[in-house]
Amino acid sequence: MLDIHGLHLRAALFRLVRSFFHQQGFLEVDTPIRQPLLLPESNLVPIGSSAWFLQTSPEQCMKRILAREGHNIFQICSCFRAEERGARHLEEFTMLEWYRIEADYSALMDDCRSLVNYLIESLRQQNRFRDMVARSWFGTNPIDSEWERLTVADAFARWATMPLDKALDSERFDEIIALDIEPYLGVQSPTLLCDYPARCASLARLKKDDANLAERFELYIDGMELANGFSELTDSNEQRIRFAEELDRIEQRDGIRMPMPEKFLADLERLDRAAGIAFGLDRLLMLLMSATSIAEVVSFSADDLG
Amino acid sequence: MFSASDLRKGLKILIDNDPHIIVDFEFSKPGKGQALYRCKLKNMITGSQFSNTYRSNDKFEKADLEERTMQFLYNQGDEYHFMDTQNYEQLFLTAEQLGDNVNYLVDNMEVEVLFFGSRPIDISLPIFVNLTVTQADPWARGDTSGTDTKPITVETGYQLQVPPFVEEGDKIQIDTRSGEYVTRVKE
Repeated sequence: MLDIHGLHLRAALFRLVRSFFHQQGFLEVDTPIRQPLLLPESNLVPIGSSAWFLQTSPEQCMKRILAREGHNIFQICSCFRAEERGARHLEEFTMLEWYRIEADYSALMDDCRSLVNYLIESLRQQNRFRDMVARSWFGTNPIDSEWERLTVADAFARWATMPLDKALDSERFDEIIALDIEPYLGVQSPTLLCDYPARCASLARLKKDDANLAERFELYIDGMELANGFSELTDSNEQRIRFAEELDRIEQRDGIRMPMPEKFLADLERLDRAAGIAFGLDRLLMLLMSATSIAEVVSFSADDLG
Repeated sequence: MFSASDLRKGLKILIDNDPHIIVDFEFSKPGKGQALYRCKLKNMITGSQFSNTYRSNDKFEKADLEERTMQFLYNQGDEYHFMDTQNYEQLFLTAEQLGDNVNYLVDNMEVEVLFFGSRPIDISLPIFVNLTVTQADPWARGDTSGTDTKPITVETGYQLQVPPFVEEGDKIQIDTRSGEYVTRVKE
């Protein structure tokens, strides 16, 4: 639970995020949190709301706006994922998402660096927050120089206890990332972990020169994942095939065959080149407040309610 | 049956036919990948600890554990005998099974005996127990060594540090979680 100082910081961070994107000409949108059908992602478990679902991310509606209107957009909203609870996970958390037209994941990596620098610099200039920023990870680790870009393959070669292809075949990719690799990422300066195996990126475009890799990256600071971005897959036929695979997995898991998100796929046909990213604002607050648990940086956590 | 999403600190599950308690728990989920449930587990029979990582589709059997109130009767060497206060059934646990708990057991003390199936595996004591001091050096008032505690022995043979004013024959309260002196008790 946040005290008044924490509430001020949270509010300041939201205000600064908005001002950053407004300055860059992005349009703020607010899309429905409760939806009849979510994009099929078998690694996410949605929370039901009557016969509908609470969004696991705003991706579906934001990409439809992007496709229809061709405008750079951003949103700050609550997302819901069942069964995710832990020091870095809440079932309800705050996501910042932004989408760029005529751009790829490289532009998003640049965005991340400009955004985080803008946020930290602006907070430093406010008396109320200066000491807190100085005491945090950002107090001792400068972030204004170039950020390290590390490929997943290089990260595996450096730290993994199992080769990449073997990890993928035995479905232990995520485990190796979490246990072997994550602790070393973004230790002295932020790390952009990029070029994920194709099968680890259901909504991302594959690299032109290597179809085994997807143009996806994650931002890590101090061993913690903060953001996940990618060049959007805009080929609706390819997307339909990948969705069908995800729908199979969900059917295996839940015993229910969900329908194909046809309206999304129809709008996707209008999208040419674009990139989008999801950024966990609660986790950035954890770094700023040197919090060990994400429950410390929200106004009320599940344990504070009821 | 439990599923991975039920895992949490303190949960007791069956692994390789032995009851295990989760002593440490961490959830992690990289990117949009699989959920991982990282657990440190302790075998409730052998006491050995190990770490393991579980996934969403892992299932666990509940450990069949039950507590019964029993009275401590006596010990014969390493065997500590208890009696069920309801049906007068008797059984024993070994000193090895009881660990530090043997330091606090006096005749007729009521404890909770933990059963795994029909097999007694552990006991839980009251948090505070009162024991009589059987050996204590007198408090030398002229002592200028500056120490504010002295070693004493209680009726179970357990030795601990107490304030200098505690004397032989006194009853003292001990915290069974830490094994430390709490206060002197008036009869």
